[in-house]
Amino acid sequence: MFHAQSRARTVDLLGGGATFPYPLYSKMFYVYWKATGIKVNYQPIGSGGGQRQIITRTVDFGGSDAFMSDDALAKAPAEILHIPTCLGAVVVTYHLPGRPELKFTRSLIADIFLGKITRWNDKRIGEINPDIKLPEMDILVVHRSDGSGTTFVFTDYLSKVNEEWDTRVGRGKAVNWPTGVGAKGNPGVTGLIKHLPGAIGYVELGYALLERMPVALLQNRAGRFIRPNSASTSVAANIPLPVDTRISLTDTLSPDGYPVSSFTWILAYKEQAYRKRSMEKAKELAKLLWWMTHEGQQYAESLYYAPLPDEAVRKAEELIKSISYDGKPILE
Amino acid sequence: MMENQSSNKAEILFSRQDRRKESAFQKTILLSALAVVVLFATIFLSLVLSSFPSIEAFGLSFFYSKTWDPVSKTFGSLPFLLGTLLTSFLALLICLPFSLAISVFIGEYFTKGLLSSFLKNVTELLAGIPSVIYGFWALFVLVPIVRNFETKLGVLPYGVGILTASLILSVMIVPYAASIGREVIALVPADIKEAAYALGATRREVITKVVLPYARSGITAGILLALGRALGETMAVTMVIGNSNILPHSLFSPGNTMASVIANEFTEATHRLHVSSLMEIGLLLFLVTAIINILGRYVIKKVSVEA
Repeated sequence: MFHAQSRARTVDLLGGGATFPYPLYSKMFYVYWKATGIKVNYQPIGSGGGQRQIITRTVDFGGSDAFMSDDALAKAPAEILHIPTCLGAVVVTYHLPGRPELKFTRSLIADIFLGKITRWNDKRIGEINPDIKLPEMDILVVHRSDGSGTTFVFTDYLSKVNEEWDTRVGRGKAVNWPTGVGAKGNPGVTGLIKHLPGAIGYVELGYALLERMPVALLQNRAGRFIRPNSASTSVAANIPLPVDTRISLTDTLSPDGYPVSSFTWILAYKEQAYRKRSMEKAKELAKLLWWMTHEGQQYAESLYYAPLPDEAVRKAEELIKSISYDGKPILE
Repeated sequence: MMENQSSNKAEILFSRQDRRKESAFQKTILLSALAVVVLFATIFLSLVLSSFPSIEAFGLSFFYSKTWDPVSKTFGSLPFLLGTLLTSFLALLICLPFSLAISVFIGEYFTKGLLSSFLKNVTELLAGIPSVIYGFWALFVLVPIVRNFETKLGVLPYGVGILTASLILSVMIVPYAASIGREVIALVPADIKEAAYALGATRREVITKVVLPYARSGITAGILLALGRALGETMAVTMVIGNSNILPHSLFSPGNTMASVIANEFTEATHRLHVSSLMEIGLLLFLVTAIINILGRYVIKKVSVEA
């Protein structure tokens, strides 16, 4: 009797945060709703909003492309877990006649965005792309004008591979760009690059593939030039991960990994018994997270995201198993 | 005496119920009017309060510093202040001859008829187009034109920048400048114009020497309205100005405006000082608009007294 009643009552889960994984989450939550009848409402309000809302406990889970800083975690009323759900990559794309496939070394790409290399026929570009006839054109740098996780991942990479970038500009969702023009969102940057011969910029991998933009091969720490795609992005996370999975994957140690990759996380409280939340809700959340990191992974690739490698799935499993209600683990 | 009588009469003529309705009506409109004042005051107050951390940290240097660096948390608003003023006044300059011509043409030459109402409707329609559409149009049509021009001049051919933003702004504000001008020009008394004609003035002379001076204050009011619109415009500008937080060094240089930087960075600004600095830019925009409005009022008064 009681059982039937509780089944009839639907538990809705509310989440909000990063816009980057939104298309994947929409797909996942739709499939999950079809299969289980559990409705998950996710608002793509940005990573900053996701972190704020989980701290104020206005959502059941937050979404973020950047892991929370120690300072931010200290502001939260209880321990927050970072569950990785998939990976994304930021690619360098450009507008050149003939759509050549260019290679860039680690420091070269930073020097272009620093405004130190201003012509496409610069000999430093020519040296690593000997088979390509580079045009005598100005390099027009295009970056994001809005604060963005994409910018964070890209500038984080530049900071790691180029000392001058690190000291002069640094990493952030919005930075003081030394050169170039800004456009809003991935669509804005893509649009501007398409309109500007000689332009170079960075967008999310999925966006570049969807818009059929040429993408550059970037040199990783092992010295290999890696073509960005789902597989090379996943491999970037195939390294020993910390227990809480809070790690920057840019300039990864993984020898076949694409160097500008990043996790995106779901943020949830480890102890779920707060603010009169029902045990049922807590249980549904844990089940959802388990599903997203397992069965849900199959939807990643077709939407141009990179699925979690085994190492990351194992770490996610441990984290989800540690979720408790009144101190007792929810999933056995 | 007279007043007393009429109020007595009113008491006799209107029933108590009528009078109660009357006073209720009066109170309602007073309240609605006051609500606007309260709203204005609270917006101003909340802007001041939320920009306090930034005012405390940077003081006056916020207004003349040209560095906007969210990483090192150094914020100065000069590039945005300059960008806003530059694009707005440039847009006004470009739009002035066109809007004046439209208002004279519809207000004086073709006051009636199909052509006049067609022109009038088209200019007014311009005001109704959402700014994102203007932005798209500018991106697809204006930017390539400006870029070709820049390539010929030999400057960095970004296509986006101060000039492109001013051009699209000028198109957007034409209807505002033109509509009031047209109304006032149409209102110039016929006898004054006839008097001028009687003295042997040509039509051009009547327009430049009689109609325009008479309608001066109205035309100025229209221009001010247009300027106000240009100062606050966000979407179309942000799509074509280049969003570079640098001091614009030429017409073709990319830049940024106050409204545009707020729209761009507010959603993902997490640091307290970053948010607060954006708020202070909002406050600055609020003040700049207010100052220009007050100045404008003064100018209107001045020219209308002379007329």
